Amino acid sequence: MKKRILSVLLVACVSAALLSGCGGQSTETASVPKTGEVLTVFNYSEYMDPDMLEQFTAETGIEVKYEEATTPEELYTKYKSGGISYDLVCTSDYMCKRLIDEGEAQPVDFGSMKNASNINKRFWTFNKAIDPSGTYALPYFWGTIGILYDTTKVNGDIDSWDVLFNGDYSGQIIMQDSMRDTFMITLKYLGYSLNTTSESEIREAADLLKKQKPDVEAYLVDEARDEVVAGNATMAVVYSGEAFLGHLYNPDLKYVVPKEGSNVWIDSWLMTKNCTNTEAAQKFLDYLCRPDVATANFEFIYYSTPNDAVIKNMDDELKNDPAIIPPDDSVAVCEVCTQIDSETTELYNELWKELKAQ
Amino acid sequence: MNRNRTRLLGVPYIIWVIGFTVIPIFFIITKAVTDGEGAFTLSNLTAIFDQLHRKALVMSVSLALVSTIICIILSYPVALILRSSRFKRKSIILFILILPMWMNFILRILAMQMIISNNGIINHILETMGLAPLKLINTPGAIILGMVYDYLPYMMLPVLNSILSIPEDVIEAAKDLGSDSLHVLTRIILPLSLSGVGSGITMVFIPSMTEFVIANILGGGKIQLLGNIIEQEFTVSMNWNLGSGLSVTLMAFVLITSFIFGRHQEDTAAGFAI
Repeated sequence: MKKRILSVLLVACVSAALLSGCGGQSTETASVPKTGEVLTVFNYSEYMDPDMLEQFTAETGIEVKYEEATTPEELYTKYKSGGISYDLVCTSDYMCKRLIDEGEAQPVDFGSMKNASNINKRFWTFNKAIDPSGTYALPYFWGTIGILYDTTKVNGDIDSWDVLFNGDYSGQIIMQDSMRDTFMITLKYLGYSLNTTSESEIREAADLLKKQKPDVEAYLVDEARDEVVAGNATMAVVYSGEAFLGHLYNPDLKYVVPKEGSNVWIDSWLMTKNCTNTEAAQKFLDYLCRPDVATANFEFIYYSTPNDAVIKNMDDELKNDPAIIPPDDSVAVCEVCTQIDSETTELYNELWKELKAQ
Repeated sequence: MNRNRTRLLGVPYIIWVIGFTVIPIFFIITKAVTDGEGAFTLSNLTAIFDQLHRKALVMSVSLALVSTIICIILSYPVALILRSSRFKRKSIILFILILPMWMNFILRILAMQMIISNNGIINHILETMGLAPLKLINTPGAIILGMVYDYLPYMMLPVLNSILSIPEDVIEAAKDLGSDSLHVLTRIILPLSLSGVGSGITMVFIPSMTEFVIANILGGGKIQLLGNIIEQEFTVSMNWNLGSGLSVTLMAFVLITSFIFGRHQEDTAAGFAI
């Protein structure tokens, strides 16, 4: 009796094995067996369609360990603490420059990547500010910083940073609780470069911000957009991607990049110096530039994409939205924010602290 | 043998304390007394006297003080009423009091934000009644409100516990000896409940003094508490040494507070035993 049970079990096992074997073969066309290679990828949270990671593993057999951070500073701290060895890192322009300057990145042969040419030339040019040789940073998403405002609560269209400083909208303004972004606005408004290292220019900007503080309702980051959507504030300084989402919630909202110019930001991918399997890492970067993958990621995030192939297939409505595709003339007056020397950074920190404690 | 076994039970706790209290404090103190290059310095500790930091410290202490006082004013009468009430199921009242603690505290603060924001529920009600809207959010008052909302149960529970556990005999004895109600309150109930108030103060004052999240959400980033400055030193300025130095000074303040009120607790507890 026992033997019979055993044989039944055996048969069951074998057939199960066969079935699963067949199952495995039928999906073989789409899925490659795991190669045992592992890539550790470090990105901002909610900054990639998770399905695209699975698809990459299915296509190449390379496993992806995915790590996330919320701010450039957090990403940098986590990266530097050395707990995990990352192969690929995606971060903001000035943080890319910092990592490149510290020798944390290794050059990538973008020329040999089949899909890298989908990235529009202007972004490689923009990235010259952080990566002059053009061999380290691969543009991923980009955008501008501008004002999101409620058209029903202001007189006419806004086209200047002046509305934040002239006192007309006292108590209705939300500024970014982010040091460089907030200083950037003031520097641009005063007609200076946002990468200035001149102490007097920075101090002038700080004085203006201190004068402006009583008019500011709050300094926020993620909630800035929501406050305008909810009608708690008339205008907020936001990133273009946020503006697009705000516009979806409330059609009365409008986004503008002021005429004095602003910051054009680019988040890029770097291959770290610790990456040993450069071939796999390059495959991943190439995969991200592929039109179908880039489109999926775009539809997940709705930030501006540098990928021409994605833009080509976009709906007209999206194409004409300045929050998705900022018009050329507004981008022309914008600058890329780069990492500044440590002395200036300290000055910034001190003045920012003074402003917040005022 | 038996004693050894009992000692073994303490091992997980000892590992916990070493891993998550002793070693981190050691790191923080080392960072606090060194500069970026690792050389010894006291400047991170004396930095608390900088005008900016002093201002933030004063703000932190005063907001924490006001919140603690409001918590006492709210909890003490409730405890007295509960003691004298004939309501049998006091546990139900207790249950209602601690019910908010079941919810995540950030969520509660975000809910508070909705309630007091410019277009929030309170102002909406005022508007429908034809009254002018109030400026509630992004003020020091909003931060105090958030702190009281969050920490009230921590005051309520020990105060209630100490007042409810005063034996009825003691009070009856006082009345027999000719005390009126006011006398009973000031000479019997008040001294015997001080231990509860003391631990309530420690449990409300300390977290509110080190608070920075409530200040960020309800203060709109316009009001800097010492906790905000420390957070900023670690995340934005990357000056971990200064951040650690300020943390150590804040710890010293916390230590002093718990020393003052902790000692008081033992005194009253001892008095009660006699």
